[in-house]
Amino acid sequence: MTTTLPADAKAPDERLLHASPLHRFLGRPELGSVIGAVAVFLFFALIADSFLSSLDTVLYAASTIGIMAVPVALLMIGGEFDLSAGVLVTSAALTSTMFAYEMTANVWVGVLVSLLVTLAIGFFNGFMLIRTGLPSFIITLGTYLMLWGANIGLTKRIQGTVSTNAIDDMQGFESARVLFASSLDIGSFKLRVTILWWLALVALATWILLRTRWGNWIFAVGGNKNAARAVGVPVHRTKIGLYLGVAVAAWISGQHLLFSFSGVVQSAEGRGLELHYIAAAVIGGCLLTGGYGSAIGAAIGALIFGMAKQGIVYAQWDSDWFWFFLGAMLLLATILNSWVRKRAEAAR
Amino acid sequence: MARSRMARSTRVFAAAATALLAVAAAGCSDSGGKDAEENDGGTGGGGVNTPRMEIAMVTHSAPGDTFWDIVQSGSKQAAAKDNVEFLYANSEKDDEQARLVQTFVDKKVDGIIVTLAKPEAMKSAVRAAVDAGIPVVTINSGAEYSEEYGALSHIGQEETVAGEAVGEELNERGRKKAVCVVHEQGNVGLEQRCAGVKETFSGSVENLTVDGASKPNVLSGIQAELEADGSIDSVVTLNADVAAAAVEAKGAAGSEAEVATFDLNGAVAKALESGELTFAVDQQPYLQGYLAVDELWLYKTNGNVIGGGQTVLTGPAIVTQEDAPELKKFTERGTR
Repeated sequence: MTTTLPADAKAPDERLLHASPLHRFLGRPELGSVIGAVAVFLFFALIADSFLSSLDTVLYAASTIGIMAVPVALLMIGGEFDLSAGVLVTSAALTSTMFAYEMTANVWVGVLVSLLVTLAIGFFNGFMLIRTGLPSFIITLGTYLMLWGANIGLTKRIQGTVSTNAIDDMQGFESARVLFASSLDIGSFKLRVTILWWLALVALATWILLRTRWGNWIFAVGGNKNAARAVGVPVHRTKIGLYLGVAVAAWISGQHLLFSFSGVVQSAEGRGLELHYIAAAVIGGCLLTGGYGSAIGAAIGALIFGMAKQGIVYAQWDSDWFWFFLGAMLLLATILNSWVRKRAEAAR
Repeated sequence: MARSRMARSTRVFAAAATALLAVAAAGCSDSGGKDAEENDGGTGGGGVNTPRMEIAMVTHSAPGDTFWDIVQSGSKQAAAKDNVEFLYANSEKDDEQARLVQTFVDKKVDGIIVTLAKPEAMKSAVRAAVDAGIPVVTINSGAEYSEEYGALSHIGQEETVAGEAVGEELNERGRKKAVCVVHEQGNVGLEQRCAGVKETFSGSVENLTVDGASKPNVLSGIQAELEADGSIDSVVTLNADVAAAAVEAKGAAGSEAEVATFDLNGAVAKALESGELTFAVDQQPYLQGYLAVDELWLYKTNGNVIGGGQTVLTGPAIVTQEDAPELKKFTERGTR
């Protein structure tokens, strides 16, 4: 049958239709998570007395996950995982404090060396991925275990114990602390600097995703790598770039870890956090298969995570059940997310 | 195109490296760091001339745990003195720990030191060692099972007793409401510590579960608890790393609560000195490692049993601000 359908002459091509702002909003990946976040917020605001008066603590908890969730979300949109992200944070902190201590260097030197080392590890992840063609799951699982061991092994070898020496009496500590671990009292609201880092990263990542060529490349490599390459997207550079992004965020988080606690870093820390980052990204609407998601969604995912985690304590629920409650809250929020998104898509 | 891009990135890299070296050259710290480290004097010394023997230790420690690091320091010191080859292995999984003990039985070492945090799982492995004629000393937790399984003696701290000591100390300080921070759920030793506090403390005690994998998480968890309940006047943490986070959380929440902790490290000693921590319970891990090796050496060379087969208690010792200056010297060296 080659006859054309009797088209209504007055109806324009649907691709040329001007979408109303409401429709555009309903099509965003973060829509469902916004509803989930509002639901979790209202829930705890109603049942937990001190939840509303302690939003600064909630935001702080969300920001420590959120700083990492943003680049992890970008990576997942690009179709890859990074299981080493959690321990990489600890590696970054250990490098700064041990370099500064052992060299009796200004703390800032340690901080910069740490950035280079962290970037090198991120580059290694990306490079191994494109060179071997193995799934990123297995490559970064390897780096995760290697880093975990190296964190403990090197710390023990260099400083003799498994947690590092304090560096808070060294030059540059105070100024670096202002950048990575300070807080500002605005009335009774304690604005932690991590919240600013978090917001800045979300803004930067959103700009990259939606306004730059890089953003198109990220969606393209996550959607279909081969098709992307065929239309001239530099797949390798994009993927390495995404791993470098995770490395930079791990560096920021690592410096926060270090400067919050006078430079004493416990070398075995960080295990399991990579799943929290991935969870935040998925709650925020990223697909595990890549090609779809947003940085704002990941930030909202981190916010849901932070609200649930803190809310359980504010509500004074039985602490033995903490992890059960947390898991249940996250599952419920995510189910609500996807339900809302499906309804919204159907309504369009 | 590719070449020019490569040349460009090489140049960028070179510039970055040069800049870094310049910063490094100018960026020395006049205070703190390695240069300020005192030479605390070696702990070497003469040894004995008894025949070389192999002693293995198998613990339930997670990798990179400060506490077990100190236990090992003690063992190594005793091993150096007693002409002993000290072997160490650990696993947090009980079946794996039992397998490790079996490995050392097969290796026919001269003595085995083992922890009984998960007693039932270790029972057959310890029996196998004893049946093979290898003397076994148990350390840390599990005192009540040591004799039953055929070990020579037990060197450690009763976790419940340590908790009770904390409860009494809190009473003496006139505290009313305490929160006990559990950083690893399902760890029997930690639960026993909190239960011990509950036993003797005349005020009320609540447990708080936090995510021990990350210190910022621990911090925000404790802070939330303090904000949720303003009547909490003491926080009890169960290891030294969590104590630092609790001190931070208290400041951030603007709480007046006192913070006390189990176990020591350098930061705890410092915080005791400055008064941020009110007291710490030391179970002297160094002593547990040291005495266990010494015990096996004594048994092998002279048939002695320290404590005559009774449990040898290494704790709880309560340390406060007054003890801090002495303590700092030792904690920095990783031996207390």
